[in-house]
Amino acid sequence: MKKLTVLLSTLALVLSMAVTGFAADTIKLGVAGPHSGDLAPYGIPAMKAAQLVVKKINAQGGVLGKQVELLIQDDQCKPEIATNTATKLVTDGADVVLGHICSGATKAALGIYKDAKIPVMSPSATNPPLTQSGDYPNFFRTIASDDMQAKMAVDFAINKLGVKKVAVLHDKGDYGKGFADFAKKYLDESGKVEVVLFEGITPGAMDYSSIVQKVRKENAEALIFGGYHPEASKLVSQMKRKRLKTVFISDDGVKDDSFLKVAGDAANGAYVTGPRDLSSIPLNAAATAEFKAEYGAEPGAFFQEGYSAALALLNAIEKAGSTDYDAVTKALRSEYVETPVGNIKFDSKGDAEGVGFSVYKVENGAFTELK
Amino acid sequence: MEYFLELFLGGTTRGSIYALIALGYTMVYGIIQLINFAHGEIYMIGAFVALIVAGVCTIYGLSGVSILILAGVIAVIYASAYGYTLEKIAYRPLRGAPRLSPLISAIGMSIFLQNYVLLAQTSDFLPFPRLIPEFAFMEPVAHIIGSPELVILVTTFITMILLTLLIKKTKVGKAMRATQQDMSMARLVGVNVDRIISLTFVIGSALAAIGGVLVASYIGQVNFYIGFLAGVKAFTAAVLGGIGSIPGAVLGGLVLGWAESFAAGYISSDYEDVFTFGLLVLILILRPSGILGKARKQKV
Repeated sequence: MKKLTVLLSTLALVLSMAVTGFAADTIKLGVAGPHSGDLAPYGIPAMKAAQLVVKKINAQGGVLGKQVELLIQDDQCKPEIATNTATKLVTDGADVVLGHICSGATKAALGIYKDAKIPVMSPSATNPPLTQSGDYPNFFRTIASDDMQAKMAVDFAINKLGVKKVAVLHDKGDYGKGFADFAKKYLDESGKVEVVLFEGITPGAMDYSSIVQKVRKENAEALIFGGYHPEASKLVSQMKRKRLKTVFISDDGVKDDSFLKVAGDAANGAYVTGPRDLSSIPLNAAATAEFKAEYGAEPGAFFQEGYSAALALLNAIEKAGSTDYDAVTKALRSEYVETPVGNIKFDSKGDAEGVGFSVYKVENGAFTELK
Repeated sequence: MEYFLELFLGGTTRGSIYALIALGYTMVYGIIQLINFAHGEIYMIGAFVALIVAGVCTIYGLSGVSILILAGVIAVIYASAYGYTLEKIAYRPLRGAPRLSPLISAIGMSIFLQNYVLLAQTSDFLPFPRLIPEFAFMEPVAHIIGSPELVILVTTFITMILLTLLIKKTKVGKAMRATQQDMSMARLVGVNVDRIISLTFVIGSALAAIGGVLVASYIGQVNFYIGFLAGVKAFTAAVLGGIGSIPGAVLGGLVLGWAESFAAGYISSDYEDVFTFGLLVLILILRPSGILGKARKQKV
């Protein structure tokens, strides 16, 4: 009896290996991200998006006449696990990889894919140097990088508002200071405006009257603030109290209904950047509906970006006519593809063109997207 | 020069609020040598009560100033009741205990009250109606000092004069001073010490509530956590001025307000706290008992 079990299991092993061998004629889409652990909610929606896309494409006859096979690997968002995940995907013969989710894990894994010449596309890693450093020509992403917001805000201030003197403030936090640092960098690089003030304020302080007076003294025409809504509400209220005409520009952390509610009238006329409103894109609603039909719940974080990445990768293989690295990356950079985040292609560094942020203006107590 | 004046007045406004809260710390410390860490929470509760009252009043169609006064009065009564209860349940049972025990009890009450408001109300920032109207005669100087600042300065000034009169001129004030000097001696000559201690908590809480209502209607938002930072700053002010000394608390509050305002205005708001706490360290090195504090002789 025991011998039989051993024999059977050996046979099963051999057979399963054989299956992998026989099935070589598929397109292999690797999916890496946190599928367990506390960050799993960031990874699972993208994984499910890939499953939905692959199911749909396979039902339509696959890519280049071949079926698409998913290779799903968990990296728990940990850089040290991500390198193992990447090695596993490379040895399993992934043609393209959708992932990773966290910026740190993505960075750790990218070198391995680069050496193996595999294009990688993340739906969520927003760390700017991943694309901008130029170190990873095989990396693409369907989400805007952290500095895009700051660039958006600065371009808006310079080109649309035509300001010459700008004060930049932040709340000393990672997010707020990061935004402010990039804003300052782009303002300096433009050469058209003068940054008259660059300072951090203390979150939760009783009032900001001295810094508001300082903004007045420096004659700043615009104030770019990096931080969250409680401080932003205090700033705009005090600016109004002190009769400042300075235009207030801020980030996604301020684009929150609390800002409108707490700042009230004082918020009117402020500008904030925030993710583009995607709900008007037909594919976006369709993808959400598909997810709801399959799982009966709301999709969750990075679902649309994940769906878009899967579509973009498979589309590029189709357009390239093969899974050859050079042909696929060229197709990614040159061929537009219709996705839930818009009609996109990728720039030379790997960021999706047309994906990103919009400027919203506060009018009559509501955010209005400026086209 | 105008800029200096702006910063000076901004600092005075902020400092007078610190002073109002610091009075509560210093009075309690003067009598029972306890640092009432839950004091900042009383300030926050005052602001929340005023918010609720203001909401109700608005429904009944009252207007700005009348709401401010009504909300202020109710907030003061409510906060005083909290102060009284706090003393009764958290500090009085520990009257004879080592000094560390009521301190821990105070920290416990602070955490309890914060979380109580968090659960009973919300963790969000709530908008506080701007109850202080913009006076037309202030308009030409509104960029230097606005109506809210003026109201804050006048209110705190009147409050402090009333407090001084209460302590210097009334019988209760005399009893408070007697208790501060020597508790057992005061008891021997017939002062109801427990009642005086309760009264001290009530007065301190009332002052904190006034501060809370003024600040909330000045900056227009409240949150369950605002008491913590305000409490820390006011405590610093009390220590700076000399803890236990009432004029010291007022002076300490103002000095702290000015230091913050000038540090932010002339140097950098990045280092606002660095300068203020640096100042505290410096003063404590030069005068260990604070600017106006008297060194107490330990009686053995």
